[in-house]
Amino acid sequence: MSSAAWTAWEGADPVRPPAGPLLSVRDLQVRFVTRDRTVHAVNGVSFDLDAGQTLGLVGESGSGKSVTSLALLGLLPRRTAQIPAGEVRFADEDLLHAPESRLRQVRGNDVAMVFQDPMTSLNPVLTVGRQLTETLRTHLAMDKQQARDAAADLLDRVGIPDPRRRLREYPHQFSGGMRQRVMIAMAIACRPRVLIADEPTTALDVTIQAQILELLRGLVETERMGLLLITHDLGVVAGVCERTAVMYAGRIVETGPTADLFARPRHPYTLGLLRSVPRLDAGSDLPLAPIPGSPRDLTDAPSACAFAPRCAYATDESRERLPVLTPVDGDRDHLVACWNPVSDAQRVSSA
Amino acid sequence: MTADLVVVEDLQVHFPIRTGALLGRTTGAVRAVDGVSLSIRKGETLGLVGESGSGKTTTGRALLRLVEPTGGRVTFDGVDVLALRGEELRKLRRRMQMVFQDPYSSLNPRRNVANLVGEPLRVHGIASGRALDTRVTELLDLVGLPRNAGARYPHEFSGGQRQRIGLARAVALDPDLVVADEPVSALDVSIQAQILNLLGDLQQRLDLTYLFIAHDLAVVRHVADRIAVMYLGTIVELATAPALVGRPLHPYSRALLSAVPIPDPRVEAVRERIILRGDIPSPAAPPPGCRFHTRCPFRQATRCDTEIPALREVRPGHTVACHWAEEIEAGRIRPAQPAAALAADG
Repeated sequence: MSSAAWTAWEGADPVRPPAGPLLSVRDLQVRFVTRDRTVHAVNGVSFDLDAGQTLGLVGESGSGKSVTSLALLGLLPRRTAQIPAGEVRFADEDLLHAPESRLRQVRGNDVAMVFQDPMTSLNPVLTVGRQLTETLRTHLAMDKQQARDAAADLLDRVGIPDPRRRLREYPHQFSGGMRQRVMIAMAIACRPRVLIADEPTTALDVTIQAQILELLRGLVETERMGLLLITHDLGVVAGVCERTAVMYAGRIVETGPTADLFARPRHPYTLGLLRSVPRLDAGSDLPLAPIPGSPRDLTDAPSACAFAPRCAYATDESRERLPVLTPVDGDRDHLVACWNPVSDAQRVSSA
Repeated sequence: MTADLVVVEDLQVHFPIRTGALLGRTTGAVRAVDGVSLSIRKGETLGLVGESGSGKTTTGRALLRLVEPTGGRVTFDGVDVLALRGEELRKLRRRMQMVFQDPYSSLNPRRNVANLVGEPLRVHGIASGRALDTRVTELLDLVGLPRNAGARYPHEFSGGQRQRIGLARAVALDPDLVVADEPVSALDVSIQAQILNLLGDLQQRLDLTYLFIAHDLAVVRHVADRIAVMYLGTIVELATAPALVGRPLHPYSRALLSAVPIPDPRVEAVRERIILRGDIPSPAAPPPGCRFHTRCPFRQATRCDTEIPALREVRPGHTVACHWAEEIEAGRIRPAQPAAALAADG
């Protein structure tokens, strides 16, 4: 019976096996419109994610990284959020225009999400076991006993000791790290092909963060999931993600293989971010170079480089025309949206 | 060697746990701070790091008597802080100020910035009228806020600017000691660096001594001269910042340092991670013996679970509370499971 969902899905599209990337986002735009103002939160975001891949979406508050992830699964507030343009395809299926009933299936089975604060995503008056088995019974049509066994197995897989006893406990009886493990267990219950983790470790202590990141790394490997990791922490990205996309003011300003992007940041904002975080392995004599000013508000649709007012490399062109992602030195894997990208020589001399 | 501005000896802060219908019976205590000893030298920055529940914030507050210690001694510039009452305490507090984590909730939203920054000066009767205005303008300059900021309200400012307002308030009375409790952790990374630089700048110009409390070891490493690591209400290690980060001796410090992500994929790919098992135990029922023994990968069959390790000087200026620090450092004691195996069963 557990294959029912799969049959239905295959029935819907019997001929074409999923081609192209597993998750593909093209030119996504999100606006929040209220009576007195409009906020242009996401202004043309594109990326691909494949099975077994990890993509880090990095940005500061207001950069649009979380809004992007919510838009993928139709989780934005319908009252205020508008998606005027863009395309989101999961296994070649258009998600932006899918009906809510279909989205609900996708959210449970194919694409799962983990949020920053596990306490607000768990129901405080139901046992953890009840919440987990409910997921399994709804989405995989298991019977009670099967679901109980599967739930215990899941808790065990995410590293929760004594899983059978823990299933009978309530969320408040779990520590922050353990709750996040429960959330991950729920998210992977239906073996999703993509996991979106939005600041999954931001509320946790660093030793617990290390445990959760280790768990996520392991899951990507064993389950061959695609992982979209949304975070403000460059260190987390460096340790977990193969590819990184840096967001600023609702746009991806630089993207590439993590190793390359960190070693040779081309966008002045990426360089600025890297220079403004203290590194544990650097001496304190290395001064921090903060990025001056603060991000602008997003009331207007972008018509120029949004970072220009804070940028030492800005030119007249930066202040007039919107830069688009273009290959760095012909490298089609490393893209930067900047009229005056930082060259290797400039980077060394400015250090 | 410079003189100590603050000396803390065996500081304890226990919060009673009350139960019963009217919460009348005391049935236990949360040992938030349980025997902390440290000194802060004039002009230095002492970093106090630890995870949530380690007691670092309570320690900072107890120094200023924002919470009452239940035991121990705190001496500030030769004065016994815990013996002071009323007016004497108020006078001493002028010399010890605090900066809080959340610049959103620590500023009264109904007061304009000039009012907020001038408040300590008015309360302590130091300046009024035109002198007050002049001093407020000076303070705004000092923390890098525009002069017209005075007439505006906290909500008109970004997080970083609000933290500047908090700093202006803290230094208004020309204090000797500033206890900064997670002053940058609520800020975006591009803004954090601005505030960290400002803190350094103020320290130099105003001759400040900092107790810098934070969970982010990379930030503490950057600002602190010496670092104390707290775990479950006690200090487990204290050393100069380079020594603590470069050659940590306590197994907890090692694990903590290895867990800090480094924004460099090349470093992240090769570094050894010590993944601790389990969570920090409850400070209401701390484990016997060494408090870290329940999670320690180097735990030994003897002493660890029975005998509380004393904080002892293992190298000059480097103190650690671990029975086996020397053996671990020399490699004579290996972790119970190799780091990789620990990680695998995560």
